[in-house]
Amino acid sequence: MVGITSYGAYIPRYRINRNTIYSAMGWLNPATLMPGEKAVANCDEDNISMAVAASLDCLNGLEREKIEGLYLATTTSPYRERQAAGIVATALDLRPEIRTADFTDSIKAGTTALLAACDAIKGGSAKRVIACAADSRLGKAGSAQEEIYGDGAAALLLGDSGVIATLEGSYSVSYDFTDHWRGEEDKFDRTWEDRWIRDVGYTKFIPEAISGLLKKYELSIKDFAKVVYPALYVREHAAIGKGLGADPGQIQQQMLATVGDSGVASPLMMLVAALEDAKPGDKILLASYGNGSDAMFFQVTQEIDKVRDRRGIKGHLALKRELTSYEKYAAFRGTIPIEKGIRGDEIAFTQLSNLWRERRAVLALYGSKCKRCGTPQYPPQRICVRPDCGAIDEMEDYRFSDKKGHLFTYTGDSLAFSTSPPAIYGMIDFEGGGRYNFDLTDCDLDSIKVGMPVEMSFRRKYADPARGIYGYFWKAVPVQA
Amino acid sequence: MAEGIKDKVAIIGMGCTRFGEAWDKSADDLMIESSMECMEDAGLEKKDIDAAWWGCCFPMGGLSGLPLSMLLKLPFIPVTHVENFCATGTEALRAASYAVAAGVYDIALAIGVEKCKDTGYGGLPDFGGMMGGTSRWDMPNATAPGLFAIMATSYFAKYGLSPEEGKRTLAKIAVKSHHNGTLNPKAHMRREITVDEAMNAPIVAWPLGLYDCCGVSDGSAAAIVVRAEDAKKYRPDPVYIKSFNIAISSGEEKMYTDWDYAHVETTVRAAAKAYKEAGITNPRKEISMMETHDCFSITELTEYEDLGISPRGRAKEDVDAGFFNLDGQIPNQPDGGLKCFGHPIGASGLRMIYEMYKQLQGKAGPRQIKNPKIGLTHNMGGFPPMNVIGISILGL
Repeated sequence: MVGITSYGAYIPRYRINRNTIYSAMGWLNPATLMPGEKAVANCDEDNISMAVAASLDCLNGLEREKIEGLYLATTTSPYRERQAAGIVATALDLRPEIRTADFTDSIKAGTTALLAACDAIKGGSAKRVIACAADSRLGKAGSAQEEIYGDGAAALLLGDSGVIATLEGSYSVSYDFTDHWRGEEDKFDRTWEDRWIRDVGYTKFIPEAISGLLKKYELSIKDFAKVVYPALYVREHAAIGKGLGADPGQIQQQMLATVGDSGVASPLMMLVAALEDAKPGDKILLASYGNGSDAMFFQVTQEIDKVRDRRGIKGHLALKRELTSYEKYAAFRGTIPIEKGIRGDEIAFTQLSNLWRERRAVLALYGSKCKRCGTPQYPPQRICVRPDCGAIDEMEDYRFSDKKGHLFTYTGDSLAFSTSPPAIYGMIDFEGGGRYNFDLTDCDLDSIKVGMPVEMSFRRKYADPARGIYGYFWKAVPVQA
Repeated sequence: MAEGIKDKVAIIGMGCTRFGEAWDKSADDLMIESSMECMEDAGLEKKDIDAAWWGCCFPMGGLSGLPLSMLLKLPFIPVTHVENFCATGTEALRAASYAVAAGVYDIALAIGVEKCKDTGYGGLPDFGGMMGGTSRWDMPNATAPGLFAIMATSYFAKYGLSPEEGKRTLAKIAVKSHHNGTLNPKAHMRREITVDEAMNAPIVAWPLGLYDCCGVSDGSAAAIVVRAEDAKKYRPDPVYIKSFNIAISSGEEKMYTDWDYAHVETTVRAAAKAYKEAGITNPRKEISMMETHDCFSITELTEYEDLGISPRGRAKEDVDAGFFNLDGQIPNQPDGGLKCFGHPIGASGLRMIYEMYKQLQGKAGPRQIKNPKIGLTHNMGGFPPMNVIGISILGL
């Protein structure tokens, strides 16, 4: 029995109302108006940081050392070459003896990664593999994509024991359908005519894959508690289900008005939402879209009730802060150049050999814990920092990334360059011991207080686009009550 | 058995440039100016100097002994570059003093300089690249105002001060230093300010505003030292070194959880050793005047407690009472301090000593303190959780 054993999701905290975008840019393209809001990655978030967040949600309480593979689906990696899955696996503190791969270049890559993970387990080469998907796609100012695209991530743990939803079958179609594309130098998607995409691609491939699956396994659409497929258009999303003979209640609610079209993450995020409400015995049908479609179906088991403490889609949808400024949104996503000053432009070269040596400390937030006095300390020390101990080379590894902490003291620095000034940082004291200085994120100065609880979040620390380097580290996020 | 430095070394000459935004002067120009004033004050020529230590913190002042030696055309004598963050100037004079005290040389020069205003932006030069190790990733994108502002946040929280109360106390510190600066022709900033102006100034790093932050300046200061027994050969009023102490963070402040971020532990440690070396048992009574490291107003506030002048958590009362004003019991920053005299990093430690030297000689003009006996300088480099403290005690 192979299938999903855990799930998690991540939706960035910032949301922008589409009216805010339309008020700023609607003059250019009046036909773009769409209802609702969309999720916006903070200026220190990208596909990699969101994949880490969703995977941490998925792995909550599970033994990370038993994971044997990590597949990351994304079309928005900052690196053309440097495996994003490798960064994510290091941040998650997975052991090195695993398979990692990026699945990319099509927004159906999320389901393809999911299928590949299941195949690896079925084939006996791994027992537990994470398939995660994250995208943070850009639309040009005033484009329909700018309004539709939203940011998010989902993660599914696949395995052969403790399965909460067994994978019962799949059916795929693949076409070189060039509805949108990005060339070697493109930052933004290029697209063909929207009506052609809608009528010849979106409303055809999903039904074709689903019908193929139903026929292959001699099932009826009525057999499914939920039918899950991404939404590119509100009306056609409903029409696809209706055309397949599904009742409106069978169709998993689309998230265009809350998250937006999150690319590769979209079908997986909707699957997580479906699992959050699923009951044992439910059948769930999932189909993706993008250069064809992958369809697959799952049977929910009794184990589902053991995986209810995830923040998931519901939890993350509830944690939101409105971004009221279009200009701030555009600066966060890098669609307009902003003045950084010479201080902001000064970026020291990244010592990659140093990063390799210290990868566990930097990317997985490992410190050390003194075996003699038990004091946790960051960064890892060879000589114990506790004044009355001072033990030499008696340390064991100690992971801080999953420790809660509280804000000991802080500032909001208006002199340091930040895309979201003031730069807020301070000292964090960890539960169980240990103290260090960290940036704070997803908060503003007025809302933080000495002593408030925080949790750690993997973020992009800096971008050095001139050298093609993106640096990552952990920041503290105030825990919302 | 170590005996300490008390009364073994005397300063016989000093020089100090005006501090400020010296757009038309290089680090070289500033060092020539301070060293010439210093040698003239000592009545010496450069051929008399046996060895030199010079300090600058940021590489734009130059590195190695060469910039000073080649600039002054020093005749093949030992010249060493020293750096210890903002305590660099104190460190240069400490090295020169120890060398003459050891009897290795008769006459040694210490000089500090910084050319801060060639970066193209406000504030100190970015130190992101200077911290080494994994700081590229694990240090917040922080500036000096921010790292000290954090201390104001925790000080206010620890002692139950509202931001309004806390900022009012800090404002009084700035107002006092601005007043002193108006009396000093060499000060960077020479303008009176009011408490309201200071409290309502734009925030640089919460809760610190513009007037809580010192000037970022170009400048240079220099001193010549000889053994105490030789001092009167050069001048009738040499100033004697009673103590030099440097204390550096062990890492426990930043990484262990005992420290309160509401005081600077290194100051406490260095002060205890300095008082012992100088034979001071009651600093509040025995010290005549001070120049403490007021890179930020909160730094100065906590120093009063860390130096043992004010009771813990109660420096505010002394500030409110004007204890540290020019006409108070222990005037602090009589020359305007870092706040208004300015802060060219590598020069500041020597600048503080320059003011004590002039005050002890009775040559401080309109800001002259009446009959001072003992002056203390406190020079801090780095940030509250990881720093260098240099304390000197000087007297006649």
